[in-house]
Amino acid sequence: MFLKKVTAAGAFAGLMGTAAFAADCGPEGQSIRILASDFPAIHAVAGAAEANCGSGAAEFTRNHTTEARQIMNAALTPNPAEYTSVIVANATLTQLMNDGLVRPLNDLVEKYGQNIPKNLLISIDGNIMAVAFMANSQHLFSRQDLLEKAGVAEVPSTYAEMIDAAKSIRDAGIMEYPVVMNMKTGWNVGESFNLAFMAHGGEFFKPGTAEPSVNSPAGVAALETLKGLVEYAHPDHLTQASNETQGLWEAGQAALGIMWGSRGAPILDDEGSTAEITSNTVLSAAPSVEEGGVPGATLWWDGFTIASNVSDEEAEATFAALASALNKEMVMANNDDAVWLLDGFTPGAAAEGVSATAKAGAKPYPMIPQIGLMHNALGAELADFLKGDESAEQALADVEAAYITAAKEAGFLQ
Amino acid sequence: MKHRTFFWFILPTLSAMILFIAMPIVSVFVQSLFVAHEQVLVVSESCGPFGCTPTTSVDLEATEKLREEAPLGRFNGLGTYFNRSHLAIAEIGEAWANSDSLGAFWSQIYNLPFYNALIFTLTYTFVVTPAVLVLGLAIAVGVNNLPRALKGPSIFISLLPFLVTPLVGSLILFWMVDGDGVIGATIQKIFNDPSLSLKASTALTWIMLIVYGIWHTLPFSFITFYAGLQTVPDDTLEAAQIDGASKWQTMIHVVVPHLMPLVSFVTLMLIMDNLRVFEPIVSFSAEAHARSLSWVIFNDLRESGNPLYASAGATSLLTIIIVIFLMMPVLVRTWRDFTRKSH
Repeated sequence: MFLKKVTAAGAFAGLMGTAAFAADCGPEGQSIRILASDFPAIHAVAGAAEANCGSGAAEFTRNHTTEARQIMNAALTPNPAEYTSVIVANATLTQLMNDGLVRPLNDLVEKYGQNIPKNLLISIDGNIMAVAFMANSQHLFSRQDLLEKAGVAEVPSTYAEMIDAAKSIRDAGIMEYPVVMNMKTGWNVGESFNLAFMAHGGEFFKPGTAEPSVNSPAGVAALETLKGLVEYAHPDHLTQASNETQGLWEAGQAALGIMWGSRGAPILDDEGSTAEITSNTVLSAAPSVEEGGVPGATLWWDGFTIASNVSDEEAEATFAALASALNKEMVMANNDDAVWLLDGFTPGAAAEGVSATAKAGAKPYPMIPQIGLMHNALGAELADFLKGDESAEQALADVEAAYITAAKEAGFLQ
Repeated sequence: MKHRTFFWFILPTLSAMILFIAMPIVSVFVQSLFVAHEQVLVVSESCGPFGCTPTTSVDLEATEKLREEAPLGRFNGLGTYFNRSHLAIAEIGEAWANSDSLGAFWSQIYNLPFYNALIFTLTYTFVVTPAVLVLGLAIAVGVNNLPRALKGPSIFISLLPFLVTPLVGSLILFWMVDGDGVIGATIQKIFNDPSLSLKASTALTWIMLIVYGIWHTLPFSFITFYAGLQTVPDDTLEAAQIDGASKWQTMIHVVVPHLMPLVSFVTLMLIMDNLRVFEPIVSFSAEAHARSLSWVIFNDLRESGNPLYASAGATSLLTIIIVIFLMMPVLVRTWRDFTRKSH
């Protein structure tokens, strides 16, 4: 299993690390300031860092905010930077790297990272830029009882099967709109396109350049796939993001969903839903185009970075504190908060979807400097197609035109 | 007033206006003339938990050097103003040449982001502004004619929509019009169509936003007109009554002319407010169906990871120009009144 493989690498090192972390917090009396998103797993890591090394530091502050992505570039630009570390994901790391705001960690990893498995070191051209600790991806949620009632024997594994299953559920009169997906106009609909686009083998850019290539057969096929699915989604789908889709699922108003893995645990827990719904919810790999193909998902990691514009001592203390948090005890105490990539993680039912998706060969979210501009163009321009106001080709041509205009302004295209 | 005295009198206000209004606009204009430096891209290998892939990244040293030489970026003149995201001159020319009917031309224009936002913004402004003026006056007259004991409570109730923060007010309405909400479910019942959704149709979304806009700004025009009504001289009203004018005639020929300066004021404020309509679009998640100029600015600055300052600046200045253009008739009228009175 994917996660076993990932965590096994750290098993031996982890045992050594447990002894090391208690003692080694790097230089004392430094100021450690962390900026991070606001969800339980991130709290667990930053909290463990504070518990381990907070007493030896002159100052230990944590700012957990959903606006982290919006403020981080501005906060790290001055010298000294407002924060010594930002906890980022694949997409947000490039945003910091584009402006050179995070430092290579090679020497720090050598000094304090003995317990960090090699594969968690995010490196670009040999420079380690971040240390990952948890994974996330989109995948399929199914209601076994409703599928059985509609005469569907197996959990769908391809888009075609998923659409067929949705049709059976509708035809059986069980549910008019069995499908839920995060299709809210903007970032979410852009990401939903990315999923189907990856499954169809699409490439966002011509290799090695910033020239767009989404207006391709793969792009059109991806849009057709989305259209086929939203046919069975509630007419309000263009206003629905994770909170809404999770709500619909927990209210029993959906039978097939493509949602984030991080929603697995909140859906399966005993809050907000009935036992009938949670006990019949099955998490499996994201659907692919053909049996055994690339799943329609993007793999994400969350990890920490160290700011460029801080003193070497502060950087060292911050790294040591955060590295000390990546241990077995922290993972075991917060096992169900995330799909941990660390030693000590016991994948439960909530992690099955992400694990199966990764194992089936899903691709990571592209870490390309100009991907944010492309994602924004997709989010803004695809609504017209999904509303049925224009053709797939026209929508993708609009995406490319919007992207090119923005990329010229940002300096990626001339 | 002597010129000298006037100068010292106005100086604090003037300097504050230059500092907080004129200078930011000049700064935004200057920024809108520049675009970012060329990002020097290098192909490299990126590794992580999910394996290694070849990828591109920004060559920081080369890009930093360009930045240091010219911190503002590359001069682009008015290029940003004319590109596809704004006035789209080239695209309009192409659309005109390629479309065989006016309808086809129109739909291509509507597909351009700036014009798409402009059309919604203007529609919103031109429906909400007159509706709020007329309804506000009607409510003010209604409340003014109530018995004394009822006046206080009805003023309070009429002001309530204004007290609710726009973001919160529109979010509450958004939940009410949901298929499971009070309004949404009632409408479904009335039309006997369980799949009817206010959020899924462009026309219904526009109506919803406009109704919300009227509901939210009505108290402003109501309270202004209500205050104005207290200043209508009783003598004139009595004279009109003695001349045999009906209530309606008194209203049109005596009260409204008396309130005219207030009407100008309220119109100016409403045009400015409505042209920057923004919060309801976000709260209603209405981006699929309606985008406003302010929403476009917000999106340029926030969503792409790289804030597009030139784009946001260009849209802001175009919005300012449109505001001035729309307010012209009212401003000209005020100026004429002013010069007439002063002679």
